[in-house]
Amino acid sequence: MIRILFFASLREELGCEQLELPVAGMGDISQVRAALQQRGEKWAVALGRGNLQVALNQALAGDSSTVKAGDEVAFFPPVTGG
Amino acid sequence: MTVSVEVRVQEHEFDTGAEFGLLRADNHSDGATTIFVGSVRDFNSGDPVTALALEYYPGMTEKVLADIGQRALERWSLGRVRILHRVGQLVPGDDIVFVGVTAPHRQSALDACGYIIDLLKTEAPFWKKESGSGRARWVESRASDHEALEKWR
Repeated sequence: MIRILFFASLREELGCEQLELPVAGMGDISQVRAALQQRGEKWAVALGRGNLQVALNQALAGDSSTVKAGDEVAFFPPVTGG
Repeated sequence: MTVSVEVRVQEHEFDTGAEFGLLRADNHSDGATTIFVGSVRDFNSGDPVTALALEYYPGMTEKVLADIGQRALERWSLGRVRILHRVGQLVPGDDIVFVGVTAPHRQSALDACGYIIDLLKTEAPFWKKESGSGRARWVESRASDHEALEKWR
């Protein structure tokens, strides 16, 4: 399984803080994103935004980063700390 | 004195005087200390702010802060680096973020402090949600924060 986390406005928009996806068929982050977008209109829109950032195992990653069982993937909007 | 990076993410307030003391304790090799403290304002983009909620990514946030501190150490000759950030519920006037840097000489301390806060604003996973005028809104990231990085390239 892959653990998926959502933060801030994205978490609120999806009404979901975390979920797990089976690793089968998931080669990279773009495939994880595509699988999530299949969950419905709300998911398709929210995860399709160009400014979303993604982290793999708590480090910033890109669409082509490879995923494997046990990985933690996080999606979040641009950061606003400080 | 050994070079060090300390980072902390916490809900409770921090004591800037005590943090300065930790930067200076038994530190006789650094002649310069810089501190940046960021605080909650009561206005943002023309809207009144009565409360601020800060969310973070436990685990990743601490890693990113430590990494930013390490990059500063690699770039300048520094002594101690301390980065603190608050999360949870804050109100106007509360201090949110503390960056403290010591160095043998002032220019390194001044530059490294600016570098750390500029990187923190664009890389560290924190998100602010402001309340005011009876509604709550997520704060948008600012282009000016990204432009500020240009001077460190």
